[in-house]
Amino acid sequence: MTEMKYTEDHEYLRVDGDVATIGISNHAQEQLGDVVFVELPEVGKVCAKGEEAAVVESVKAAAEVNAPVSGEVVETNGELESNPGLVNEDPEGGAWFIKLKLSDKSELDGMMDADAYGKFVAEQG
Amino acid sequence: MSMNRGGRPTSAQGGCSSDSPTFTGNRALVIEEPLLFEVGDVSKTGVDLDEPEVHEKRLGALERSGIGLPGLTEPEVMRHYVRLSQKNFAIDSGIYPLGSCTMKHNPRLNEKMARLPGFADVHPLQPQSSVQGALELIDTLAAWLLELTGMAGVAMSPKAGAHGEFCGMAAIKFAQRAKGDARSIVLVPESAHGTNPATAALLGYKVRDVPAREDGTVSPDAVKEALGPDVAAIMLTNPNTCGLFERDIVAIADAVHEAGAYFYCDGANFNAIVGKARPGDLGIDCMHINLHKTFSTPHGGGGPGSGPVVFSQALAPYAPVPYVVRNGEEFALVETSGAAEGAEPFGRQTAFHGQMGMFVRALAYMMSHGSDGLRQASEDAVLNANYVRAGLRDVMTQPFGDQVCMHEVLFDDSFLKDTGVTTLDFAKAMIDEGFHPMTMYFPLVVHGALLIEPTESESKASLDQFIAALRDLVRAAKGNDKERLTGAPHHAPWARLDETRAARQPVLRWTGDAPAEAAE
Amino acid sequence: MRYLPLTDADRQSMLAAIGVQNIGDLFADIPEEVRLKDLVELPRRAGEMDVERQLGAMAARNTPASSAPFFVGCGAYKHHVPASVDHLIQRSEFLTSYTPYQPEISQGTLQYLFEFQTQVALLTGMEVANASMYDGSTACGEAVLMAHRLTRRSKAVLSGGLHPQYRNVVEMLSDLTEFPLNALAADPAGSEDLIAAIDDETACVVVQSPDVFGRVRDLSAIAAAAHEKGALLIAVVTEVISLGALKPPGEMGADIVVAEGQSIGVGLNFGGPHVGLLATQQKHIRQLPGRICGETVDANGKRGFVLTLSTREQHIRREKATSNICTNSGLCALAFSIHLSLLGETGLMRLARINHANAVALADALSGIAGVELLTPEFFNEFTIRVPGQGIETIEALARKGVLGGVPAARLAPDQTGLDDLIIVAATEVNSSADRDAYVKALQEVLS
Repeated sequence: MTEMKYTEDHEYLRVDGDVATIGISNHAQEQLGDVVFVELPEVGKVCAKGEEAAVVESVKAAAEVNAPVSGEVVETNGELESNPGLVNEDPEGGAWFIKLKLSDKSELDGMMDADAYGKFVAEQG
Repeated sequence: MSMNRGGRPTSAQGGCSSDSPTFTGNRALVIEEPLLFEVGDVSKTGVDLDEPEVHEKRLGALERSGIGLPGLTEPEVMRHYVRLSQKNFAIDSGIYPLGSCTMKHNPRLNEKMARLPGFADVHPLQPQSSVQGALELIDTLAAWLLELTGMAGVAMSPKAGAHGEFCGMAAIKFAQRAKGDARSIVLVPESAHGTNPATAALLGYKVRDVPAREDGTVSPDAVKEALGPDVAAIMLTNPNTCGLFERDIVAIADAVHEAGAYFYCDGANFNAIVGKARPGDLGIDCMHINLHKTFSTPHGGGGPGSGPVVFSQALAPYAPVPYVVRNGEEFALVETSGAAEGAEPFGRQTAFHGQMGMFVRALAYMMSHGSDGLRQASEDAVLNANYVRAGLRDVMTQPFGDQVCMHEVLFDDSFLKDTGVTTLDFAKAMIDEGFHPMTMYFPLVVHGALLIEPTESESKASLDQFIAALRDLVRAAKGNDKERLTGAPHHAPWARLDETRAARQPVLRWTGDAPAEAAE
Repeated sequence: MRYLPLTDADRQSMLAAIGVQNIGDLFADIPEEVRLKDLVELPRRAGEMDVERQLGAMAARNTPASSAPFFVGCGAYKHHVPASVDHLIQRSEFLTSYTPYQPEISQGTLQYLFEFQTQVALLTGMEVANASMYDGSTACGEAVLMAHRLTRRSKAVLSGGLHPQYRNVVEMLSDLTEFPLNALAADPAGSEDLIAAIDDETACVVVQSPDVFGRVRDLSAIAAAAHEKGALLIAVVTEVISLGALKPPGEMGADIVVAEGQSIGVGLNFGGPHVGLLATQQKHIRQLPGRICGETVDANGKRGFVLTLSTREQHIRREKATSNICTNSGLCALAFSIHLSLLGETGLMRLARINHANAVALADALSGIAGVELLTPEFFNEFTIRVPGQGIETIEALARKGVLGGVPAARLAPDQTGLDDLIIVAATEVNSSADRDAYVKALQEVLS
C-alpha cells in the first residue's frame, strides 16, 4: 500500500512500508524551469528532518531539497545524473531523487495528500 | 524546498526565418566568423622572431614537443577580432542601462594616461627608488578616495568589488578576533548583491536576513531585532539595490555599533552620492568602491575591475598589506605584515600592489571632473534615473510605489500581468530597438524586476527616445503585437540561445568534434 | 563638463517633468545633518591638457622597463607585445561592454572567452579552463578552496618554492577562512621533501614550476604521491611563456593548474591588472570558481556561446556559491588570447627557446664573476644567484648604475632565513647582448 504525501516545500514522499521515495512535485519543476543538474547524497547518509539531502539546479536557479523526514538514504536515482531533464518530464514518477528508510513514521503526520497539496498550490498563486 | 525566485524561460524559442538567405550566411556588415581553431594553423605565426643560436639546454628532461595551438598572421588576426567585436553591444554603441552596473562613458584620456610607459611599463618589484611616481599616484588616488568618503584609511590592493568585500569583512573578523570577541553571524538583506552572502559565508559566517519595509528600505527596528551578541556585522548596500537611499542609515549605524558590530557598506552604488554625502558621516565602518563603476574604468567585457576599500578609524589598523606610506616627498611600500608599524594588517590578498592600470584611469577621471564635476555627475545620474521614472511611471509598475529614486529606477512585472509577456521577453525586445536590456530579475525581492540605470552619460534626447521606445513596447505587450516581444530578438545576429543545452551538456572548449545533437 | 551631456536648460525641463522644484528634492532622503552643503576639498575640474600634465609628471618619475637593461621577474615579466594587440583591445565593442549576460548581442566577448578557455586548456595540458581570474595569486587561493570542496578535506601543503606572495595569499585565507596549512620553508637549494609532507588529511599540495627561484621541477612523483593519499596536486606557473618549452602540468598529473598569464599580451602594469588562468579536468567543473563560457545553439540552430553553469556562482547560489568572485579579467583575457593567436604554437615555442637561450647566456656570464654562484642548475628564463653581501643592497647599487638587475629574495620573504644574499634574475626576449654585457659590467663594479 503506497500513499503520496506532499510538503509545503514542494517535495513529495511515496511511502511504502518504512521506505519513502522522495522527489520534487510537478509544480516545483514548473517553477524551476529546465532542470540541468541534480546532486544526490551518498547511499548510507543519515539525514535529520530538514537537513539538505540533494540539490536541484535549473539554468538560473538552484534549490536545496531538504529531507522532509529523518532517515537513512538507502537508494539514489542515478539516472538523474546523466539525464536531469527527467525531472521536468516525469517528476513524480521516474525522476524520484532518493529513497529514505524512515526513522520516525510519525513525522509523516499532518503532511498533505494530493488534494490538499493541490489546494495549497492554488492558494499560493 | 527553498527556491531562488529568479526563474525564467531559458530554452530557445521563436527565431527568424523570413530573411532571404545568403550564400555565405553573412548579412552585409554582420560577417560570420569561425573559431580561431577553425581558421588558424599550427604552422603559422604572426610574430617574427629569430631562432636563437644553438646552446646547451638546462630544462631537465622536461622539454615539450607540441601544444596544438593555432597561429594567425596579423591581417588574419585583425579580421578575426574585428568581426568578433562587431557582434558586441557596447556603451559606445548605445544606451546600456544595466542597473547596479553603472555603464557610464569611459573617457579615452584615461586610456591614454594608463598607457604612459611610466605606469604601464613598470614592474611591481623594481627598486622603490625607481617607481616613486607610481607610488605617488597610488597615494594621490588614496587621498582623493578618503576625501570623497570621509574615511580614515584605505586598502588599495583588492582586485575587484567582491575582492574588496572580502577585504572589508576580513578586517572586521580580524578586529573582533584581536579583541577576543569572535562572532558568528552577519546580517544581509535579501535585496543584497549575491557577493555579500557569498563573502560572509567564505569567511565562515552564518548569514541572517533583515527584512525590508513596505517602501523598500531597511528599518532600524528590523536591524535591532536581528542584532545580538553573536552578530559581527551588517552588510548593507546604500543606495540600495532598489535604487533607494537608506534614509535611516544613521540610526541603523548607531544600533549596529551599540551592539558591538560593524557596518559594512557595499559601495556598488556610491556613484549616486559622490559629492553629496560621505560614508564616513553616515557611520559606515568600511566600504568597497568599484572603480569600474563609480570612476569609469572600462568594464572590458567583464573585467578587470578594481575594488579599493575605505575604513573607519576603528578598522583602519587591520587593513591588508601592501600599502604606501609618505615621508615628505618620498614614498615607500609596506609589503609585509612584519614591516607594518603601528598597524596589524590581516595579511595579503594578492601578489603585488593592486590594479595600477585602473588606478591611473580612475584618478584621471577624478581629476577631470574635480570636486564640482563629480558632484554634478552624481546629480545628473540621479536626475536621469528620475526622468526615466517620470516617463514610464504611468505605464510600468514600481514595486514600492512612485517615489523619488537615486541613480537607478526599479520596476516590477505587474504591468505585464495577464499579457503572456515576461520580463525576459520585454528585455529581449529592447535589443531589437537598439538598446541593451536593463538588469533583470534582480534584486530578488521583487518579482520580475527590471532595474534601469541610465547614468549621467545619457543626453536628454537619448533618454526621450528610450522612454518612447519602452512605452511602445508596453503598448505592444498589452495589445495584439505580442510576437514582437515573445520571439525577440528578431534583429540581433543571434536568436535566443539555448542555455539549457549548454548547462546539460557542457562543452567548454573546442575539440574539433562535431557538435552533439540538440537535447530534446 | 566634457563628459556630461545635459545642459542647464535640459536639467530644468527634466526637473519639471519629474515634478520637483530643484535637484535637492531628489536627494531629500539623505538625512539633512549628513548632506554635504559645500563641495569636498579637492581641486576643481580640469581639462585634458592639465590632467595629462599632472599625470605625465608622475609617470616621468618612474623608470620604465623598456628604458634600461631590465632583468626583474618573480611573477611578472617584461615581454614584447605586438602593436595589434593593444589596438584591438581598445575597440569600443570590447572595451566598453560588460559581462555577456545578453548572449544575442555579446557573441564577440563570448566567442573570445571560449577560444581563451581552449587556449588555456591546450597550454596547460588540461581538459578545461574557466574564463579567467583576477591574477595568478588569487587563482592560487581559489584553487586551494576548490580542492577543499573536491576532497572534503581541509589541509593544504605548500612547497617552499611557491612565490612568497602567493604563499601569503594562501596563509591569509588559511587564517581567516580557517583551514590547516603546512607551508614549507623557502627552498632555494631545491632540497625540500614535499612528498613526506603529504598525509591523509591533505586536500592539496601546491607546487610551482618553474619555482620562484627559477628551478624547473618534474611534478610526476609528487602527483603520484598526492593521489596515493587522496590529495590533489595544484600546479602553479607564474611565467606562462615557460609552457612553450616545458612539459605542461597536465602531462605530469596535475589536478588543477593555476597560472599568471600576464606575460602574454598584458604587460607589467606595476602589478595589475594581470590575468589569472585556472584549468582542471572536466569531472571537476562543478567546483570551478568564476565565469565559464560554453557552446550551444540558438533558436535557429546556429552555433553560439553563453555563460554557463552559473548556479555555481554568487549571483544565484549566494552563500552557497563556490566563490564570491564576480568579475573576471575579461579584457586582459582578450589581450592574452589575441597575442597567443598571433604567436601560435610555432611562435610561442620559438619565443620560449629565445627566452631560455638568453637566460642561459646570462646565467653563464653572471656566474663567471668572482664570488657569484648560480643556485639553480635547471631553469627556464629565471634563475637565482648568490652574491657576496646583501641582495637588497646589491640591487639598489645596480639600479644606481642604470641596471634593474632582478629581485632580492629577501624583499619577497623577509620572514624567511637564508635568503639575504640571493638575487632572482629573469631574462627574456627583450634583453639584448648589450643589456647582458651592461649587467655583467655593473655587477662586477658593484662587487669590486
